[in-house]
Amino acid sequence: MQDPAELLEGARAEIAACADLESLNGIRVRLLGKKGAVTLQLKAVGDLPQAERPAAGQAVNRVKRALQAALEVRRGELEQSGIAAGIDAGQLDVTLPGRGQETGGLHPVTHTAARLCAIFERAGFTVAEGPEVEDDFHNFEALNIPESHPARAAHDTFYLRNGKLLRTHTSPVQIRTLLQGNLPLRVIAPGRVYRRDSDLTHTPMFHQLEALAVDSGISFANLKAVLHGFLQAFFERKLALRFRPSYFPFTEPSAEVDMQCVICDGSGCRVCSDTGWLEILGCGMVHPTVLRNCGVDPETHTGYAFGLGIDRLAMLRYGVDDLRLFFENDLRFLRQFA
Amino acid sequence: MKISLAWLGEWVDALPDAHTAASQLTLAGLEVAAVEPAAPEFSGVVVGRVLDIGRHPNADKLTVCRVDAGQGAPLTIVCGATNVHADMRAPVALPGASLPGGLRIRATRLRGVESQGMLCSSRELGLGTDAAGILPLSTALVPGTDLRHALALDDHVLDLELTANRGDCLSVRGVARELAVINRATLAPMPEVRVAPLVNDRFPVQVEDRGACPRFASRIVRDLDAGASTPAWLAERLRRSGVRPLHPVVDVTQYVMLELGQPLHAYDLSRLADTIVVRRARNGEKLALLDGRTVELDGDVLVIADGSGAIGMAGIMGGTTTGVTAGTRDILLESAFFAPHVIAGRARRYGLATDASQRFERGVDYELQAIAIERATSLLQEIAGGRPGPVQDTLDPARLPARTAVTLREARLAGVLGLAIDAGAVGDILGRLAMRAERVSAGWTVTPPTFRFDVSLEEDLIEEVARIHGYGEIPETPTRIDEAFVPHAEARVEAGRIGMLLADRGYQEVITYSFVEPALQSMLAPGAEPVELANPISKEMSVMRASLWPGLVGVARENLNRQHARVRLFELGVGFENIGEHVRERRLCAGLVAGAVLPEQWSAASRPADFHDIKADVEALLALGGCRDAFSLEPAGHPVLRPGQSARVMREGRGVGWLGALHPETVRALDLTYSPLLFELEMEPISAGKVPASSPISRFPALRRDLAVVVDEAVDYAALRGAVREAAGHLLTSVDVFDVYRGKGIDSGRKSIALSLILQETSRTLTDEDADAVVQAVVSGLGKQLNARIRD
Repeated sequence: MQDPAELLEGARAEIAACADLESLNGIRVRLLGKKGAVTLQLKAVGDLPQAERPAAGQAVNRVKRALQAALEVRRGELEQSGIAAGIDAGQLDVTLPGRGQETGGLHPVTHTAARLCAIFERAGFTVAEGPEVEDDFHNFEALNIPESHPARAAHDTFYLRNGKLLRTHTSPVQIRTLLQGNLPLRVIAPGRVYRRDSDLTHTPMFHQLEALAVDSGISFANLKAVLHGFLQAFFERKLALRFRPSYFPFTEPSAEVDMQCVICDGSGCRVCSDTGWLEILGCGMVHPTVLRNCGVDPETHTGYAFGLGIDRLAMLRYGVDDLRLFFENDLRFLRQFA
Repeated sequence: MKISLAWLGEWVDALPDAHTAASQLTLAGLEVAAVEPAAPEFSGVVVGRVLDIGRHPNADKLTVCRVDAGQGAPLTIVCGATNVHADMRAPVALPGASLPGGLRIRATRLRGVESQGMLCSSRELGLGTDAAGILPLSTALVPGTDLRHALALDDHVLDLELTANRGDCLSVRGVARELAVINRATLAPMPEVRVAPLVNDRFPVQVEDRGACPRFASRIVRDLDAGASTPAWLAERLRRSGVRPLHPVVDVTQYVMLELGQPLHAYDLSRLADTIVVRRARNGEKLALLDGRTVELDGDVLVIADGSGAIGMAGIMGGTTTGVTAGTRDILLESAFFAPHVIAGRARRYGLATDASQRFERGVDYELQAIAIERATSLLQEIAGGRPGPVQDTLDPARLPARTAVTLREARLAGVLGLAIDAGAVGDILGRLAMRAERVSAGWTVTPPTFRFDVSLEEDLIEEVARIHGYGEIPETPTRIDEAFVPHAEARVEAGRIGMLLADRGYQEVITYSFVEPALQSMLAPGAEPVELANPISKEMSVMRASLWPGLVGVARENLNRQHARVRLFELGVGFENIGEHVRERRLCAGLVAGAVLPEQWSAASRPADFHDIKADVEALLALGGCRDAFSLEPAGHPVLRPGQSARVMREGRGVGWLGALHPETVRALDLTYSPLLFELEMEPISAGKVPASSPISRFPALRRDLAVVVDEAVDYAALRGAVREAAGHLLTSVDVFDVYRGKGIDSGRKSIALSLILQETSRTLTDEDADAVVQAVVSGLGKQLNARIRD
């Protein structure tokens, strides 16, 4: 029988020299397997005289434990270096771009309309919609703009062959909403509108947002608060407003609202024609005739309405100086907003 | 409307400076769009008197003038203009003068003759466009007077953009009245001139339609000096109002209209026949207008006629046959009141918007007619002499507009504005506005003045009080509202979500015009009954789009021309179609893909996008509402899509959209350099989703079995999948395809499709025997139904 100490020494050297997990396992089998050297030695202990057995058994078991420990240590070492080698082999250029589809984007006017809706919905307004092909009643008559009204000159209208027209503003949604008769109401109506007008600052199609609130006791002071609140929410800053008396057939009193220029902060620039003010929207208290046209008693209910250009707000928000860019759909332009 | 501040100053005292006045007017509702100097900056220009003119020794086209410019000794000035004559008054730019545009004048030698300054044309001074001659000045001007002072050039012009209700402000007097109200200043009284008749001639006037024309003042003026010219001061006022002087008579009528707001018309008396008749036009009656056009009149148009027929559209535009010309000596002046509703809309119908129609349709003060005709006569006499006849005032007082009292309640005023204004202040404002206000309990009864046509309701008065009190005084008061909870429609897919999904899948949203070119539309939406515009802006934008494809194809074409090799576009918008008499509007969602499926990149091979790429995007849209199974995509032919690469999207048996590759014939017809893939879906069916409902998940493991089956090319995957499901029974939880193979080992006309079956039971763990039995059933079912065999 080989001296256990000798066996241990030789095996230790072999384990230390072992370079991979597979041969380490081979060593384990040769030493500790069913027919391994240590296993055989343990068996051989039984053949020794009774008196020698305890000492010899202890010696062999000591060797066995030592070998098991050495194998475990070496296995840990080899696993660790294997991971390290794998890492070395797996070095990537992480600065290369990611793989796959790129994302597109929303049109800035859509995005602006969505922001406006979000702002108003949080303030308790609901979103209403109406058709783009309208009739004279909803677009004009019910809004107190009869056929011969001078204000019609400002509405250069597209007509269809059947006598209907393309809505010139989102105000007909006011009429449609009021006619449904659910008071009180607070609605906004974003949408496309059309005017037969095409030059540097006009496109024959553009986008408006209409707002209408009707309740008992609605006042002009409420309107002022709503407009100031909403514009400051939209531009995310404090802004001065200026209300100027104006005229719309469907509101009385009416006002044109100027906003402190967001480009120059009111000190005067090209965008505000050096006035420091930007004309931003038209508004007023719903005309009693309009309320009556829709079956609402102006003695019990009052309301305000306003309409603004979504495209114009988008231009101011993003510093776009030409309205037509929105509808030319040059991808180089549109991708700036993605 | 443009008005000179100096002119306003003649009508109202204590006038503020131009910019203050502009801001006051703007904040009172008369928007001043611009404040411009009456003349550009220049200095060192004085009035000169030409003493004599001599020939230039060295130049045929130049003259040498001696000019008294008030500088002591006369100046020698070399001049090239031909209208210079002795004793003429003309602007002289002295050495050291600075002219508009930065030109500096100095003494110089011109062709060997010393010139001690320059005689100026109106263009050189920025006072007009005439560069041909020297600007002649009034002989009353004293040589040496600074020209800016002599012509009152240090003035400003206010450019007002008036709203449709304020016809009363379409005059110097009207604007002055507003300034007087705002500044508590005094408005000058109306001129009370009465020009005594020198002849007794009257031209017969017969007003047939007295409701339309309750007042018609007229007067003959004979023997005007045909050689008279408009004086510089009047011409200069007209110029500052943007009116070009034409003829002394016309200029006077224009002047009085600008000053008082009363449109006037002058007829050449010698060209009038019999009697002036104010009546409605006969249907189809022809009239040659002053602007050179001949129009056919409708029966509701009011005309001025004489024995020869219509000679003018009343209150809109005169006719060419009876107008004043250079040789006119005798005239008939007209100063009428036409009822606004009779004029309103008529001018626009004939494509006209005249100074007269603008005023009459908004309402002209019906107490102004006689005053204006007297004012015009006196100016005419000053300028061109003449012998006036008596004023004939054909008047039907009962038919003049009625001014009825309007009640203004204090409580209503405070309620509408959200601000209680002191009753004394309200009374004061109404008084300043020339409203006759009578205090009654808790309010006023208010009668508006004859010049206001826009005050008939309590709200009108509320606006009047508010605008003079100042909109800025009204507080900002948040609305008090009760919480209102409305059901949140969870099953509804918002349009924003649809757009976001497409954007996230690489599509860029575009917004195209709703009107498209008819030819493009008929090519891309051939089935639709087009909705045509009656008055399109151009042929290219003359039909309403039935589909979003024409717009997308246009945008793709332009961007591909801009060297974008790859485009992915979508649009959400309305499509229009005629359904009988009715126009149907459908919200649509459409997309277009052209070029490579992925942007060019370093580790993915480039390949063109194909049908199944956009199908994945469409399927993602269909799945948004959680009802993917409600939709099916069926092979179907579409006239615009490539046969064999088009599918119809169905929901519960109804077609709700299409996807496919554009038909090669259409690609060729449109001359496209690319072959796009397109889809279009109705928004409504993809927006109608459902609220998710949970079902139990099996706790037992699933088994997977793969099999490859060989079938004829004609057998599509949908059929194969249906047959697998039918044969497999309830243990099959899903079936997927993971390979389609054609080629070596497979007979031509056949294909191999590799399927994975996932089997599961909710109550127990499945055994291999269970799975083998299912596979066996599938193999046998496919063999019988689809002539499929298992690929070895």
